[in-house]
Amino acid sequence: MSDNNRFLLKVITPERVFYDGEVSMVEFNTTEGEIGIYKNHIPTTVIVEPGILTITEEEGPKNAALHAGFAEILPDSVVILAEIVEWPSEIDLERAERAKERAEERISQKEDKTDMDRAHVALKKAICRINTLK
Amino acid sequence: MASMRDIKRRRESVSSTQQITKAMKLVSTVKLQRAKTRALQAKTYFNCMYYTVTSLLAKAKNLDQPYTQKQESTRKAVILLTSNRGLAGGYNSNMVKLITQGDFAKEDLDIYAVGKKGREALERRGYTIKADYSELADGFEYADAIKISNQLVKSYENGEIGEIYLAYTDYKNTVTHIPTLMKLLPILPEDFVPEEGMAEDNLLMNFEPGDEEALKMIIPKYMTSLIHGAMIEAHASENGARMQAMDNATNNAEEMISGLTLMYNRARQGSITQELTEIIAGAEAIS
Repeated sequence: MSDNNRFLLKVITPERVFYDGEVSMVEFNTTEGEIGIYKNHIPTTVIVEPGILTITEEEGPKNAALHAGFAEILPDSVVILAEIVEWPSEIDLERAERAKERAEERISQKEDKTDMDRAHVALKKAICRINTLK
Repeated sequence: MASMRDIKRRRESVSSTQQITKAMKLVSTVKLQRAKTRALQAKTYFNCMYYTVTSLLAKAKNLDQPYTQKQESTRKAVILLTSNRGLAGGYNSNMVKLITQGDFAKEDLDIYAVGKKGREALERRGYTIKADYSELADGFEYADAIKISNQLVKSYENGEIGEIYLAYTDYKNTVTHIPTLMKLLPILPEDFVPEEGMAEDNLLMNFEPGDEEALKMIIPKYMTSLIHGAMIEAHASENGARMQAMDNATNNAEEMISGLTLMYNRARQGSITQELTEIIAGAEAIS
């Protein structure tokens, strides 16, 4: 029974194949909101927003911080092309917290030359890293 | 004939140069291996990316947005990938030639240089160097490619530049490296021909957000992955070219050393013979 509801998940980054295996569910954040995917999903391509990537395997769920990229969803497989993705063990909490403070400062000061988009993205990434560790 | 001492000194200097070229060859061989592994790992990502972009373009025809249309601005941006160090055979000069002998007008060109050698050569010839990322020629990560790509996309959106090109050396195999010029933006849908059998699969694909929105977000990512891929290829080519150049240098030094050894031995024999003749002549004179 358990075999029937599993599908193939690949998480690929430019530097390595981050994850490749059979899973029963995968959840992550997209531009349209958070989504969870089971087998036999309608073919869709979505754009990833910074958030927690939860991979549910037979043994239980696994978390990772997923920052940018897009995902191609097919009925029997999901391929996530991630620009940046990290396991919790690879995250430096102190660095993430510092980055969060910096980004918040930039947003609150808000000068003309401040690149607001970049500051917001940096903030989102930092928050996502911190949340993954919790 | 040169004196024995001169020849000996010359031979020693050639052989110490040979040691250096040999060491440089070994270093670039190791670096080349590493770059090749990296290129292989990046390939999966790039292939998936290419597949998605092609299917998006195939699906979303007649798009009305800047990335897929010709621009008014005649300025062109070229990302030029060269190395920071020389002694790599024709590697850097081939890249420079690609720009100077291509059909670009010097005045309309903005160079985004990665690599000191290319920057210096074009600066001397009076090209506009818009930005210099030379520190990346030694070591780079994906985040660096994102940085370059973001800056270019921004200039493109502001209408400062109308076309973006990428000039790099394609690594075919250890001995063949091809200087390549690739157009990054605008992406004209007619340049992308979907492979056979691909179109049907993709007709079912939905894009969230809509096709156009998705294309707008994916194209900069696609560009980044191309830049990153090219940087890896260029890195491999650089080390391949250096390996070859240093191999030739080592062989030439070998040849020179054997020639000099021959000369040295002749000179030595000559001086022995001369000495003997003198001694015999002296002995005969006494007797």
